[in-house]
Amino acid sequence: MTDTETPPLQPKKRGLTRRQRRSLSRGIQYAVFVAAVTAFAVVADWDRLQNQFAQADIAERMFPDVITLALKNTVLYTVTGFAVGLALGMVIALMRLSSVGPYRWLAGIYIEIFRGLPALLIFIFIGVAVPLAFPGTEIIGGTYGKVALALGLVAAAYMAETIRAGIQAVPKGQMEAARSLGFSPARAMVSIIVPQAFRIILPPLTNELVLLFKDSSLVLFLGVTLEERELSKYGRDLASQTANSTPILVAGLCYLLITIPLGFVVRRMEAKAQEAVK
Amino acid sequence: MSRPEIRVSGLHKSFGDNQVLRGIDLEIGQGEVVCVIGPSGSGKSTLLRCVNLLEEPTKGQVFVGGTELTDPDVDIDAVRRRIGMVFQQFNLFPHLTVTENLTLPQRRVLRRGKAEAAGVAAENLRRVGLAEKADAYPSSLSGGQQQRVAIARALAMGPEVMLFDEPTSALDPELVGDVLAVMRMLATEGMTMMVVTHEMTFAREVADRVVFMDGGVIVEDGTPGQVIGAPRHERTRHFLSRLLDPAMAEVEEETSDQVGKSE
Repeated sequence: MTDTETPPLQPKKRGLTRRQRRSLSRGIQYAVFVAAVTAFAVVADWDRLQNQFAQADIAERMFPDVITLALKNTVLYTVTGFAVGLALGMVIALMRLSSVGPYRWLAGIYIEIFRGLPALLIFIFIGVAVPLAFPGTEIIGGTYGKVALALGLVAAAYMAETIRAGIQAVPKGQMEAARSLGFSPARAMVSIIVPQAFRIILPPLTNELVLLFKDSSLVLFLGVTLEERELSKYGRDLASQTANSTPILVAGLCYLLITIPLGFVVRRMEAKAQEAVK
Repeated sequence: MSRPEIRVSGLHKSFGDNQVLRGIDLEIGQGEVVCVIGPSGSGKSTLLRCVNLLEEPTKGQVFVGGTELTDPDVDIDAVRRRIGMVFQQFNLFPHLTVTENLTLPQRRVLRRGKAEAAGVAAENLRRVGLAEKADAYPSSLSGGQQQRVAIARALAMGPEVMLFDEPTSALDPELVGDVLAVMRMLATEGMTMMVVTHEMTFAREVADRVVFMDGGVIVEDGTPGQVIGAPRHERTRHFLSRLLDPAMAEVEEETSDQVGKSE
């Protein structure tokens, strides 16, 4: 045998050093990325895209309705859904932590079902099954009530798990200190534990708000009047009226108008929470 | 000794198969200061936590101020208002300021008005020497200051009895003195106190009685001069020698009754 079988510990002097190899690999990655973007830009038919998605006059016609009606409704649906979800999620989280077995099981079943189903199915269920099951009854607030309920039911499952994790993250000594001062378990939970838990879960809860904001587009499966349309429905309707997709693009930008600042707020809160831990 | 303020009789406590307390009988008179000492796992913290029912005794009775805490029908929240508790880890409420830590329990539990609660809070912060920290958050205080706030928080509820669970064990050595000074002040004011501690100097100088526990039972109970000065039992002597001169201890086999719940 002429070759050595074990590789030398020191890299051979000839050839590339580790550092050179790393920058070469980085260079190749950049080249591939630039090539892909260039190919996309060259191959795509920009004129037709602009025709279909960026007609200034159509976009202009959408204002102010896209803000005063569609965005307003989207925000309204999201906020009411979030409120219902938070209240219900809180109850389910407390049930999940209860010492009473049946409460824990019920909460567990609820979470598994509503986390496992697509939000779309729950909207259809609220829109179709509830009127069938309880004929003659109206959900308070009409469409607004139905959306708040459907979004709330979905959100509650996720928020319950988040709230439970937050409550469990509060050190055990806090409950002991409260009890030793004479707080009842319920009062200690409300006055001492939950306020601390919410500080911990504020970032994930805000994330949940962003998710709900997007899920509010599912309202179109409930059948809405012209006045009740939100961004997605409004954009689609206008797109089919004008036979042009510009309204879709404008609606999309309106979502980002809210979600990007919210995301920024979440990152700020997370950074602050990190700092507080140190 | 007048009527016992704290009376424990036939107290047993198990965690699963682990028998932590095996028959404790103890009486603490009004205004008495009793220090409970003993090796870790001896059950001294568990005993203290049984006195305000943070741990549910497996068997036996606990009386505080004539009320039986182990009675299943007792209003435990009402009894606990008369028993102040100070923890090793302070357990201040971190989302509240120092003053709010003192006022919130008064307002929520004792239903005191805003002005009265604030007055009581200020008075007790002054007693522990932290009046100027009234608006600070616990996280900005040293361990010693946090523990003094925790004592003030317990005092603000107007307790008849104070329980201390290793109040200085989590403190840097140079901060221990401030906390002990506050406890000494309480003792001279006539507060009934039960103190689980490793501070032998405090036990010797402030306590009326010292109780030595080992393996879930009370081994020795007497004046500091008797228990610390002239221990009658080998186990007490052994513990004290290791505590007073840890550098001289020798490596030894673990015996089963020393292995208990870690504290």
